[in-house]
Amino acid sequence: MSDPAVDPKEVRHVADLARVDLADDEIERFTEQLGDILDAFEALDDVPETEREAELSNVMRPDETRESLSQEEALRNASDTEEGQFKGPKVS
Amino acid sequence: MTEYNGYVTDETIEGADDGPLAGKTVAVKDNISTEGVRTTCGSAMLEDYVPPYDATVVERLKDAGATIPGKTNMDEFGMGTTTETSAFGPVENPVAEGRVPGGSSGGSAAVVAAGDADLALGSDTGGSIRCPAAFCGVVGIKPTYGLVSRYGLVAYANSLEQIGPIAPTVEDAAALLDVIAGPDEHDATTQEAPEADGSYAAAADGDVDGLSIGVPTELLDGADDEVVETFWDAMDDLEAQGASYHEVELPSVEHAVEAYYVIAMSEASSNLARFDGVRYGQSGGYDGNWNESFANAREEGFGEEVKRRILLGTYALSAGYHDKYYKKAQDARAWVKQDFDEALEDADVLASPTMPVPPMKRGESLDDPLTMYLADANTTPVNLANLPAISVPAGETDDSLPVGLQLVGPAFGEREIIRAGSALA
Repeated sequence: MSDPAVDPKEVRHVADLARVDLADDEIERFTEQLGDILDAFEALDDVPETEREAELSNVMRPDETRESLSQEEALRNASDTEEGQFKGPKVS
Repeated sequence: MTEYNGYVTDETIEGADDGPLAGKTVAVKDNISTEGVRTTCGSAMLEDYVPPYDATVVERLKDAGATIPGKTNMDEFGMGTTTETSAFGPVENPVAEGRVPGGSSGGSAAVVAAGDADLALGSDTGGSIRCPAAFCGVVGIKPTYGLVSRYGLVAYANSLEQIGPIAPTVEDAAALLDVIAGPDEHDATTQEAPEADGSYAAAADGDVDGLSIGVPTELLDGADDEVVETFWDAMDDLEAQGASYHEVELPSVEHAVEAYYVIAMSEASSNLARFDGVRYGQSGGYDGNWNESFANAREEGFGEEVKRRILLGTYALSAGYHDKYYKKAQDARAWVKQDFDEALEDADVLASPTMPVPPMKRGESLDDPLTMYLADANTTPVNLANLPAISVPAGETDDSLPVGLQLVGPAFGEREIIRAGSALA
């Protein structure tokens, strides 16, 4: 087994990467739970390197104009719009 | 609405006048898009989200004459084994008081078990059709990856999930599969199944004479005693009808549940990045910069299990950990595929208990996510291997709790598992 997998600082860092605000009590709970879960994931260390068969092929279609959602339909679920466009928060 | 909280929305959608499902009600899991009817994924994030288009499977249901009686409750974004993580409240098991219905398609299995819908659609990323089918005493099929279109299914882990039927009998489930299966130009991962005789429903003839069944010993180890006993009783039943069984070893499945969670969480962390509150979903407001606004929307909109999986997935993919977790999980996935392919060279189907435990008591899984994850030990390997599987009722424990038997077939071998399952239900 390794050192405790995560500390609160790491949980905050990952939450920041994932763009999820967390309350202090959530940080505390997640630190413990994530530690337990990551410990369980350690079992993957025993998995041998295995060749992966590539049985995939690309599916292509001609690049032609086709019917799609109207602008109005596409905007219908947005919390705010302006001049037919999505309105997002300030970039910085 | 139902007393066990099976539906999130009970708005009726009428289908065509004629068709193979005319006169039938088919409930639809609430992560499958329905044009003009809200589709919440069991999440506060999408409480008011109304899709502007139908999922391909919904179009096919309507064309087949089905009536959709409502959208069924589910674990938030499909993330759970008990249907207790929904923002719209937990679903109760209609056939086992005080117990969970299984998840994540718990609402779909519950409305079928309670007789409030004839049939239902669920989605199965790591067992989310088979687990609730087993816990509610009904039939559920997880199709081969690529048999059923995922267009319009709100993504959780694309490389693992399939939409599939839940029904009271194997024949009914197979008839619903006949309607939804088949390639779709909107989902490039769908493919034409190799040609075979007759419909899926026609394969439900109960003829198991000469059927060879492999039993993976690893999937019985650690299972609850009464579950194992009920499983063997059902196997004896199949043997009495002319099937034979032998034990097989699948050493890779010992690592499957961990590999499954690493892959599913990694894909989830990427898929759920789209929920920033701008184009749809809970808004994060307009104070501060966009990162602050997005983080606020996601704090408010997502429940605890969803946050947990996004964080773990982000961690597993982050610099320095990718090789340790994600790459190893992909190795495990390839190994599991090889193991199943080899075992299916000497057997027509593989059998195990669907779930290693009977339905859990309500409330006991929420504080212990790891234990809940480990309950998926028998279902997750099948998703990793892209194979079809069915859960059929095998019997009950002494306390009258339903036990499911899982049959796994070769890729596009749906008829094999339907035929075998129909000898039991």
